[in-house]
Amino acid sequence: MSGKSFFAAEQPTSFVFTDENLRRAQAHIAKYPAGKQASAILPLFHIVQEQHDNWIPRAAMNYVADMLEMPRIKAYEVATFYSMFNMAPVGRHTIEVCTTTPCWLRGSADLVDACQRRLGITLNETTADRHFTLREVECLGACVNAPMIQIGEHYYEDLTRESMVGIIDDLVAGREPKPGSQTRKYGSMNDSGTTTLIDEARQLGVAVQETV
Amino acid sequence: MLQDKDRIFTNIFGWQGYGLEDARKRGDWDGTAAILARGRDAIIDEMKTSNMRGRGGAGFPTGMKWSFMPKNSDKPHYLVINADEGEPGTCKDRDILRHEPHKLLEGALIAAFAMGAHAAYIYVRGEFAREIKHLQAAVDQAYEAGLLGKNACGSGFDFDLYVHAGAGAYIVGEETAMIESLEGKKGQPRNKPPFPAMAGLYSCPTTVNNVETLASVPTIMRRGGAWFAGFGRPKNNGTKLFCISGHVNNPCNVEEEMGIPLRELIDKHAGGVRGGWDNLMCVIPGGSSTPLIPANECADALMDFDGLRDLKSALGTAGVIVMDKSTDIIKAITRLSKFYMHESCGQCTPCREGTGWMWRLMERLNAGNARFEEIDMLIDVSKQIEGHTICAHGDASAWPIQGLVRNYRPLIEDRIRAYAGILQAAE
Amino acid sequence: MPKLTIDGTELEVAQGTSILQACEELGIEIPHFCYHSKLSVPANCRMCLVEMQGSPKPVASCAMPCADNMVIRTASELTHRTRQDVMEFLLINHPLDCPICDQGGECDLQDQAVGYGYDRGRYSEAKRAVKDKYMGPLIKPFMTRCIQCTRCIRFADEIAGVPELGLLGRSEDVEISTFVEKAIASELSGNLIDVCPVGALTSKPYAFAYRSWELKRTAGIDVMDAVGSNIRIDSRGNEVVRILPRLNEDVNEEWIADKSRFAYDGLKRQRLDRPYMRVDGSLQPVTWDRALEVAAAKLKATAPDRIAALAGDLVDVESVVALGDLMKSLGVANLDCRQDGAEFDTAHPAGYLFNSTIAGIEEADAILIVGGYLRWEAPLINARIRKRLLAGGLKVGVIGEHRDQTYPHKYLGAGVETLQAVASGNHEFCDILRSARKPMIIVSASIFAGGSGIALQALCRQAASMFNMVTDGWNGFNVVHTAAGRIGAVQAGFLPQAGGLGTRAICKAAADGRLDLVYLLGADEIEPSTLGKAFVIYQGHHGDQGAHRADLILPGAAYTEKTGTYVNTEGRVQVSRAAVFPPGEAKEDWKILRALSALAAKTLPYDSLGELRSRMAQIPAFRDGATPSPSGWGQFGTAGQIENRVFPAAMSNYYMTNTISRASVTMAKCTEEFLEFQAQPKTGTEG
Repeated sequence: MSGKSFFAAEQPTSFVFTDENLRRAQAHIAKYPAGKQASAILPLFHIVQEQHDNWIPRAAMNYVADMLEMPRIKAYEVATFYSMFNMAPVGRHTIEVCTTTPCWLRGSADLVDACQRRLGITLNETTADRHFTLREVECLGACVNAPMIQIGEHYYEDLTRESMVGIIDDLVAGREPKPGSQTRKYGSMNDSGTTTLIDEARQLGVAVQETV
Repeated sequence: MLQDKDRIFTNIFGWQGYGLEDARKRGDWDGTAAILARGRDAIIDEMKTSNMRGRGGAGFPTGMKWSFMPKNSDKPHYLVINADEGEPGTCKDRDILRHEPHKLLEGALIAAFAMGAHAAYIYVRGEFAREIKHLQAAVDQAYEAGLLGKNACGSGFDFDLYVHAGAGAYIVGEETAMIESLEGKKGQPRNKPPFPAMAGLYSCPTTVNNVETLASVPTIMRRGGAWFAGFGRPKNNGTKLFCISGHVNNPCNVEEEMGIPLRELIDKHAGGVRGGWDNLMCVIPGGSSTPLIPANECADALMDFDGLRDLKSALGTAGVIVMDKSTDIIKAITRLSKFYMHESCGQCTPCREGTGWMWRLMERLNAGNARFEEIDMLIDVSKQIEGHTICAHGDASAWPIQGLVRNYRPLIEDRIRAYAGILQAAE
Repeated sequence: MPKLTIDGTELEVAQGTSILQACEELGIEIPHFCYHSKLSVPANCRMCLVEMQGSPKPVASCAMPCADNMVIRTASELTHRTRQDVMEFLLINHPLDCPICDQGGECDLQDQAVGYGYDRGRYSEAKRAVKDKYMGPLIKPFMTRCIQCTRCIRFADEIAGVPELGLLGRSEDVEISTFVEKAIASELSGNLIDVCPVGALTSKPYAFAYRSWELKRTAGIDVMDAVGSNIRIDSRGNEVVRILPRLNEDVNEEWIADKSRFAYDGLKRQRLDRPYMRVDGSLQPVTWDRALEVAAAKLKATAPDRIAALAGDLVDVESVVALGDLMKSLGVANLDCRQDGAEFDTAHPAGYLFNSTIAGIEEADAILIVGGYLRWEAPLINARIRKRLLAGGLKVGVIGEHRDQTYPHKYLGAGVETLQAVASGNHEFCDILRSARKPMIIVSASIFAGGSGIALQALCRQAASMFNMVTDGWNGFNVVHTAAGRIGAVQAGFLPQAGGLGTRAICKAAADGRLDLVYLLGADEIEPSTLGKAFVIYQGHHGDQGAHRADLILPGAAYTEKTGTYVNTEGRVQVSRAAVFPPGEAKEDWKILRALSALAAKTLPYDSLGELRSRMAQIPAFRDGATPSPSGWGQFGTAGQIENRVFPAAMSNYYMTNTISRASVTMAKCTEEFLEFQAQPKTGTEG
């Protein structure tokens, strides 16, 4: 019988929040009405990932479920439903390449290829030194800045093979790559100059499209 | 073309700061208490006058939606703000969150007041980590300035607004799935009835509104519903944020008048189709769920609800995905098919089983490794999903494929022939 | 009251009726998988879609409430086509293993595929396979067959109250899973097999045994507790091979507890299949003639005041009436049917019955539970309380052991002291009872054992009076018994007669040498060593404690082997039919007693079951066989000094409480899995 398991085979035996994270967790719980603390499960799982090398061990699911007074199985359901939650260890940097159609139209396949060659791994693999995990993801909602990737909390947009490799090089060297668009000053603005809000643009010294 | 003086989102590109001080310079939070003083009914009437239709994709009239909230209810009311932007081709709400968050907050207060909701949750997709930080900072500023919280803006109305991060699930953009997710469950859409206005978040009356919809509200209140209704064609009024991605020279977001011709939108704002208009193959006009429009229909396409419906497509989120003649259109739609399979919540039989079937078939058609009659079978399968599921995800998975086959069947057939030819040559 | 038209027929239905339910009222069957009348409605299988005029899409009939002027078409082209569409999707990833699937022949998917499946498959991609899970000794999962209807999850969450099942993942990769690889910790887990519409959850003990159409079905009554669950006994030849619930909304609805369902393998083990007599210290087989001769001679030769008879927990009314008649005709006064030594006043039936009725729980708005552990003593009464609780507006307080009841409750205290405080109005829970419209007390009969039973009964009555639990049309005083034969025996008068001894006194007298002959009718729950040197006749079906102590064994019939009457804890009289014959030379019990009576020269005046039934009908409680007769309200119990003590549970192991379940291998496995495993010290890593 084939079929996969949802959870990593190797699991730590316990998990607790640090004092600081416990305080943050409680602040999240306080956002929801009394008795509705289960609402805080996504924020709490995010904190778990921050604290625990970007993945959620079973002990942490139990810990969060108990904290929120919900059945553990319901916490497992949530953990396995949302794509941002990792059920197994990942590399220090997870490179998530958007390959959905708008990014694909603008060369996301090249980015995947560049990453694979630079890192020597294929999709859904982690480098032997556990520094990088490479993954394709669905639309990240930055389509006018395609192709783009996410690493941690940052988006890197308007990428080419070269800039993609440059970002990896930076990370390997311990430098922080510049987040956001790699080519534009203003995120979603036409990069040959704005076509709207002309007077304001001129006042602010923002490039205006020549044809306007 | 919309004049600059009539644009709602004057900092959409982030030329200025997103904070309260800059926002106030742009006119945000100006006389909010006076707007609230008009009363619930007047605000809802103003929204009805504006003919605003929800900007999240479905295009339901906003004023009417608000009026569904019960007037006399002993349960708390909730406003849920849908910032789970993830429809491929769409990236407009992101710009509001990071560059114009105060417009959203002010709109949320007005909407919540109009519906008697003392609490609202902004559900932002978890991947927007940076946007969440901007938004949270804006919320903190607004609380500090007394614009939110107890006696918000000095109006006597108490209003709490919370930012809630999602965790990666396209389907949570469906309003009842969002409510489920906000309750701490898997994001599986609920069966309706009951509708959220009767039993939504925590079984209380709830309205879910899109970010752009709400962020437009303060300006509509200040300039009047009639001003907003003055743009566009009847029942298709107002200004709208368009996202133009794909094979254009300068992909961008832009606020334009509803009903702007597609060609004008692309040519004026996005630097035209790569290689010129004649190099256009087709356009997906309203986010990935909407069926594509072939080039020959694009020239006259008007970008509003009715204009695109007439072309058997839809305005959706106004995420315009442009594809030039170099595009492998079969592969482009196959990739969307994979998206819909991956994002199916898995509860309804047709969507759970059908999206995977369609994707596998699409992969074979893309390779040409299929039989002609399987094209008809694919359409059959898509129709078996369409209209048979709890939410519209099933429909959304079917439409791109139906659009492909309707317009590019000979292309698919050629690919099957080519594959067969390759096999013959190999023998 | 919405009025609508379904397939051309106009009808008016109650507010909130779904289209599917309205169709059922008209006798129109709507195919469905996820919908289950006792569970919440997720509307996810989409099989029940029907055409609704004015709706561009077909609607889910299970979830759509009827509304005025709806026009529904269930037999239209569109509806039929829709069912075919959904069926095709259900089948693409379902394995074609019906020939080796235990569900075959009673599978909803198979049945509906006959109606709506295509004659060939169009799906030529790879099929999905799902890893099987370990789900304990009762349930054998084949998860590849799962159609993700989520009935099992909803059953566990809603009915059983053990939220241990979930649907993990998303899209086509969703999988039903337990929370860790372990059995579902519920006494109702076997019902998961019934609610599963396909062969994904099947019975492990019954695995690969028989095809459903090969079995003979007999309507029976369960004896594993005193709920009187209605069961279907499936037999093949002379062997009981499976037990399933029968629908009875008033009693067990459509559920049964795991012991009722799975203890049947105990019917094949340790059976007494011929008479035995102790000769020189060891039991030797004898003929029926010889055994009955010896028994009769003993009865004739012993003075009545030196004879005692005890009836066990599983006895049917027929046997206990026959034994009672025989003993009373001999002048024996030392009779009792309460092996646990419970003492309670039987002067008025209201004093020892579940007066509200089990279904009546659904009307209660406050419940005070006193003693025992309902979850084990009467799992279906406990499930009914949970059902009521989920409907909202019920508060439950518990006095006794502090354990998981499967529903939220206020824990009030451990024993007598707390009960006294509540009964005298000096407890915070009293406010809840006082403000309740239909308050209820549920007393475990186990508290009546261990001394001061009659005073405790009076104390419980005092609480009922204090909070107006008995009013016009409502009787909130309830006693839960655990022995299936108990109420029948009490109402048959199998109790100490004038000057006679009760269970504890009988044991003491026997130990002291004041009794010469003790007749045990299936009585196995008393310590055998307490019977001293008395000559013990054991009539029953299992070689358990009673038989081991016996000097003479008369092999009787188990509940599946005789047509017998049982009275449940509500006072409900129900008849169980014989499914198979007793093994070997064993006989139906009343016949043994009839034969014995003739030899003892006290011939019982009935030669057939019909005549025995006529005799039983002289006892008012057995006259109406259909419903519990309202027992009204009266005086019972006598107030008195009660020593403070805690109320322990009546049983230490739910899975082994009588001769049948103690002989069951399945129950032994459950004991190991659920009780011994859980009792192990926690290591902190068990998840």
